Amino acid sequence: MHDFLFFAVLPYSSLAIFFLVTIQRYRQRTFTYTSLSSQFLENRWQFWASVPFHYGILGVLALHAAGLLLPRALLAWNNDLIRLYVLEVGSLGMALMALFGLVNIMLRRARNPRLRAVTTFGDWVIYVLLLIQFLTGIAVALFHGWGSSWFAVSLSPWLWSLFRLQPEVSFVAAMPLLVKAHIVNAFLLIAVFPFTRLVHILVVPNQYLWRKTQVVLWNLSRTRS
Amino acid sequence: MVFHLDKCIGCHTCSLACKNVWTDRDGTEYMWWNNVETKPGTGYPTRWEDQVNYRGGWKAENGRLKLRSTSKTQIVANIFHNPSMPSMDDYYEPWTYRYGDLFNAPESDDQPTAVPVSMITGEQIDIEAGPNWDDDLGGSPVYAENDPNLEALDPVTRQQMFEIQRLAFFYLPRICNHCLYPSCVASCPSGALYKRGEDGIVLLNQKRCRGWRSCVSACPYKKTYYNWSTGKSEKCILCYPRLETGQAPACFHSCVGRIRYLGNVLYDAERIEAAALREDQDLVQAQREIILDPEDPEVQAAARRCGVPEAVVESARRSPVYRFVKEWGLGLPLHIEFRTFPMLFYVPPLLPVMSRLEGNAVHSESEDLFADIEKARAPIRYLASLFGAGNEGVVRYALRKQWAVRLYRRSLTVGDVDEDTAARALQEAGSTPEEAEAIYRLTALATFEDRFVIPPFQREQALEMLEDPHDVRRETGFGFREAPMRV
Repeated sequence: MHDFLFFAVLPYSSLAIFFLVTIQRYRQRTFTYTSLSSQFLENRWQFWASVPFHYGILGVLALHAAGLLLPRALLAWNNDLIRLYVLEVGSLGMALMALFGLVNIMLRRARNPRLRAVTTFGDWVIYVLLLIQFLTGIAVALFHGWGSSWFAVSLSPWLWSLFRLQPEVSFVAAMPLLVKAHIVNAFLLIAVFPFTRLVHILVVPNQYLWRKTQVVLWNLSRTRS
Repeated sequence: MVFHLDKCIGCHTCSLACKNVWTDRDGTEYMWWNNVETKPGTGYPTRWEDQVNYRGGWKAENGRLKLRSTSKTQIVANIFHNPSMPSMDDYYEPWTYRYGDLFNAPESDDQPTAVPVSMITGEQIDIEAGPNWDDDLGGSPVYAENDPNLEALDPVTRQQMFEIQRLAFFYLPRICNHCLYPSCVASCPSGALYKRGEDGIVLLNQKRCRGWRSCVSACPYKKTYYNWSTGKSEKCILCYPRLETGQAPACFHSCVGRIRYLGNVLYDAERIEAAALREDQDLVQAQREIILDPEDPEVQAAARRCGVPEAVVESARRSPVYRFVKEWGLGLPLHIEFRTFPMLFYVPPLLPVMSRLEGNAVHSESEDLFADIEKARAPIRYLASLFGAGNEGVVRYALRKQWAVRLYRRSLTVGDVDEDTAARALQEAGSTPEEAEAIYRLTALATFEDRFVIPPFQREQALEMLEDPHDVRRETGFGFREAPMRV
């Protein structure tokens, strides 16, 4: 019963919240979509906090996405032992880098008086959730190794069953407690996502890479010969 | 836009007018969309002209213009930490005073004081910098010595400049230059910054800005600012709600010395990039070449073809900016070597030497009342570093013509300069009595209507007219009402 609550009800609820609120917020309160950068208030420590955190988490998320979307390709890659080591050690390294960044972010926010003035309760909720997520994730990597292989076999099917709207919680039910905590916490993060500063992920400036150098806008379109 | 520096008295009325209208909100306390600097001096933010440090503006490389601070590939690597971003310490930490202490302090033998507190943290601070911290050189030679423009001078001239008797300074009011080839616009990853087609005002869409801060480092004039409270950048909007209703911007309108002129010019946008690639020495001329003669029937026809409204073409013919910049060659852009083609032009100050103190006696510097401009207190090389991208010729031309106009007017009104001297001075400066008269009138006698030639609003373009700017004054942006969200 608990399993059904945590691995079927919770995922659907948090995804529903995620989509409804982000879209509503984007349509009605576009102004609030921003990175809320604090680099202006504190410049040096920001580098050691933000950069390792972002690069680390992007790498880890990319591997999670690969496990979910391309489980066969990932298994094929892991066929070779050297490649499996590279993947496992590499992802653990990136996770540790992200953790290092996050700890710096939290310390920086807690200790600098200027930053305390712009750090809110919501920020701390995210930081704590992320910390739990990182610690459980790293613990899984250390105590239940070779996740890149067993993830593709046992968790990807569960995630795909969620997508197919036929949740089969039995895949997760057998998982160790650490893995379960990691999953539940992930969906909590997704649920709080649309209410927090995390929405800046959704507005990364992709169009910059192919737009013209200069932008000239006219209030109303006019006739040009 | 033209600022006539010979008339600026450094009163900061413009700065306060702007501050009261636009930047008295949370997160904008430290911003001065309009500020007045003392030159030589370090300015605001400190040493903003030093692009080795701030990396603003464009550089010409292999026949192409490239941003110094970022590029399409660099932005990917630098988005989490902007390496050339100034921090609040480069400006100053805004503060207020705990005035309540004056009333609430318990009775004692000492007068209560109001201690300064930071407007960010609310905690007591030691004030170490502020807006106009080096105003009038702040009573110290330190600020003037750190002026990046002094690198153009040889050590002897530099020393001379700082001899206390010769110590010269003038004021440099600065607002957003609304550049022809803005680097802030080119750097914005979100495409929130844009140049408005109708009037060339560079604006920042508050709803599209995501706070990546690229514009702050890309603007070589440091005239885009990051609002630490809303997480968005903001900049001078040239009071467009006022312009659209036919009023001059607040800083222009309030100017006590009447140094500011506003008018539109017609220009050839397709030649901007090629012009910006020219050598430093030629940039002032290159920019003038893009600005077209509004009396030329071909130019007028081309403007109409491109959809420029009739009233705008008409007002371009009466533009004081065209007169100062193109016709008379008096208006010069600030630091055009940053290659953004600023559209704010400065008439350089004359600063003539009248007399100096030697021992206990005052010596006249020259028998002539108006000594030669070469002896002026601010060395031409210094002015050329500011207004000519190192080209002394354009600065000398502007100064000599102003000097000739003074001689000419002196010969007419006071009579202690004979007509031949005045005529010769005019001729040497490449001017005529008619032109001198026109320069004199627009400089000294200009009325409100002469100084601000704003095209009548185009109803179909003036969307903002329907809104009262005072409604949104204390809010977070312009044109909409929405509080920032920090959860």
